[in-house]
Amino acid sequence: MSAATFAERRAAMGFCLQCWLTLLLLSLLVWASFAYLSLDLSRLFSAESGRGMLRFVLRFFPPDTSAEFLRKIAKGTLETLAISALGTLLAAGAGLLLALPAAGRMGPVLKALTRFLLNALRSVPELVWAALMVLAAGLGPFAGTLALALHTSGVLGRLFAESLENAAPEPARALVESGAAPALVFGYATLPLIAPQLIAYSLYRWEMNIRMATVLGFVGAGGLGQMLYYELSLLHEAQASSVIIAMFALVVLVDAASAFVRRRQMRPGG
Amino acid sequence: MSFELDRVGLIHDAGQAQGQRALRAVSIKVARGERLAIIGPSGAGKTTLLRILASSIRPTEGRVSVLGNNPWQLNGSKLRQLRSRIGFIHQAPPIPPRQRAITAVLAGRLGQWPWWKSALSLIYPADIAGPRDQLARLDLADRLFDRCDRLSGGQLQRVGVARVLYQAPDLLLADEPVSAMDPALADLTVSQLHQEAQSRGVTLVASLHAVDIALRWFPRVIGLKAGELVFDLPPEKVSEGVLRDLYASETGVLPSQDNQPFHLAFEGHAVDEAPAGRGQVPVAPPRVI
Amino acid sequence: MSHSVAQPRLRDPDARRRAGWALLALLALWPLVQIAEFRPVDLFDARNLAVMGGFLGQFFPPNLSGEFLVFVLKATIETLAMATAGTALAMLLALPLGLVLTHSLSVSRIGPGPDRSVGEAIRALARMVLLILRGIPELVWALLLVRAFGLGPAAGVLAIGLTYGGMLGKVYSEIMESGDTRPARVLLETGSGRLMAFFYGLLPGAAQELASYTIYRWECAVRASVIMGFVGAGGLGQLMDQSMKMLNGGEVSTILIVFLLLVLLADALSVFLRKLLA
Repeated sequence: MSAATFAERRAAMGFCLQCWLTLLLLSLLVWASFAYLSLDLSRLFSAESGRGMLRFVLRFFPPDTSAEFLRKIAKGTLETLAISALGTLLAAGAGLLLALPAAGRMGPVLKALTRFLLNALRSVPELVWAALMVLAAGLGPFAGTLALALHTSGVLGRLFAESLENAAPEPARALVESGAAPALVFGYATLPLIAPQLIAYSLYRWEMNIRMATVLGFVGAGGLGQMLYYELSLLHEAQASSVIIAMFALVVLVDAASAFVRRRQMRPGG
Repeated sequence: MSFELDRVGLIHDAGQAQGQRALRAVSIKVARGERLAIIGPSGAGKTTLLRILASSIRPTEGRVSVLGNNPWQLNGSKLRQLRSRIGFIHQAPPIPPRQRAITAVLAGRLGQWPWWKSALSLIYPADIAGPRDQLARLDLADRLFDRCDRLSGGQLQRVGVARVLYQAPDLLLADEPVSAMDPALADLTVSQLHQEAQSRGVTLVASLHAVDIALRWFPRVIGLKAGELVFDLPPEKVSEGVLRDLYASETGVLPSQDNQPFHLAFEGHAVDEAPAGRGQVPVAPPRVI
Repeated sequence: MSHSVAQPRLRDPDARRRAGWALLALLALWPLVQIAEFRPVDLFDARNLAVMGGFLGQFFPPNLSGEFLVFVLKATIETLAMATAGTALAMLLALPLGLVLTHSLSVSRIGPGPDRSVGEAIRALARMVLLILRGIPELVWALLLVRAFGLGPAAGVLAIGLTYGGMLGKVYSEIMESGDTRPARVLLETGSGRLMAFFYGLLPGAAQELASYTIYRWECAVRASVIMGFVGAGGLGQLMDQSMKMLNGGEVSTILIVFLLLVLLADALSVFLRKLLA
């Protein structure tokens, strides 16, 4: 066996110069991030901070499982579900109304305007909407519902508009050519075509909104989040840990349910 | 006068250098109550001609008059009124798959009903007997409340016919209305179209790929080839030579509904011209009776 | 034949079922409205209107003074740094856990290994850890960690690292299972360790998808870091929270504009990078 030639060795070493450079650049960015935040990982994971951490965690045990507090948690969970469901429902309605002009059915000017509106609604995070809505509607679940509705209308409006634009035009065209008014054409030809898609989008968003609704309470917009914030600020760790367990259970259950539904839909003939 | 075309021509993408000519100088006069078939090879412009009559596309040349109006000079509401008097049977029925047959048939009257009646019918059908009777004429009454995605291609096509029968238009246009049906059902459907036209004294214009049906049923037959009117004759005057010329560009065999060699035709295999369903309509297995 | 059909039902057979569903939906809606305290009148409450009106009135013009803009710029960089550091931490957490979870890298599965139950137990534990990490929303982690580490971006970075570590770990193992797992299996069968089997057998096929998903998570991390500040975990959100508590509309509108630009930028960058990979 002869020794590797110089060219072979070079080829072996430099097999992907770009890859290595990219990795180097990324490492540099990550290092810069840690440096800018003056985060010292070794200090974070030191024995001393570990002991402090352990003391902190232990205060959360055991969770409060008194019947009275569990009732409160059940109420908070219901409130979270109600906020997410109602917020998503409102958003689906508003989204459909906004999707019609956004799909260009009422002229290019309205199309551009509604697109801008949808983007603005969507770009502001739910939590920021919630903070604003607490100012507008007062503390409580109503503010959370409005916040979710506002953000989600932006998301659903855009998705609905895409569905509208991609719907097959023949059924609608046939009805227009038999003299039907536009609103009726929509009800008889376009809506039945896209309805399954609209429902799927809305359910998917509802799932995400349940997750979101658990934390909206941190700014005072109701649900489990508001309970958690309240108990933690009073240093009631046992109660807080019960609320966290409830949140966890809710999120995991919703996750499992949606995975189950999706698997059933995938199955042929299901 | 039901409609009149005067030297009508159409160039797709007119104004561009690559514009494609679909029709050239077609002139036809049709009186109220006439029934005529349009035959010709695929790509001859049959569908284009029908769509011009349906005021669905605007010809680039010539003059159109439908039911006494030039559709391109009407305002919005007048045009809607005119369109509600024209019924168009599509080859691929433009019906949403998840709609029920009854709703699809009711949609034929959207142009005539007050809006609240149409809107309510989305929740509960305002008329059940009407769609039932129209579907019964086409041997489909038992599928009244079935969803359209559960129907075969031929059944769906008959729902499309029933919708236009229910519309009860003054001008019945049909674009390959029986292309997905077997010969027996095709005969039944064409007979019902004729009965409708005769009993109400309205005009029927149908494009057909099957020469046998055209010659058997229609008192007036029009031949269209490469966008031009080749002949306009009563069926008994349509000779083998005329047909041979019309279909010369194809394999030389005359297409018929059952895909068997047509008796007027010369030897050889029949052409399988039965067009596959296009658009969103699922292609269903052939219905066996 | 057409009219000889015996008069069939002239009632819509689906009507009863539909009415039932509609009624059920209405009945379900009522408690929802009650529980969510849905009272649109509150929006027009005189006090709320005054607060909101005064606040919105200050939105124009946005506060563009140099001093404030410097604050905003610092907070923006902090937000991006939080997202990047958090994602890096998440990867550090996700890679080992994802590798443990990946069945195709399981040595005990293929042969007469010493004890399969140990491997299964470790896998179950890893799955549990990942579930807990991602099952608790990042903002809850942040709220808790702020109490442990004090106000500031450290809590935010760790919160993102924990939640996204859970998400990445699960998806990493899914990606590695969905690709061609035969090369890794062959390597394991010829006696290589699981780490080498990963580097030589799985990584070459899965690298692109892994990187693409990580970039997508970075984009999500930017969105998350933007709001971390509302629980005191640093970044733009903290600035926004302060301005909101002082009802300073001009500052809030400036921050909102920066929010939008930042989210759009992260969005565009993520799409660009993922296209580059594809």
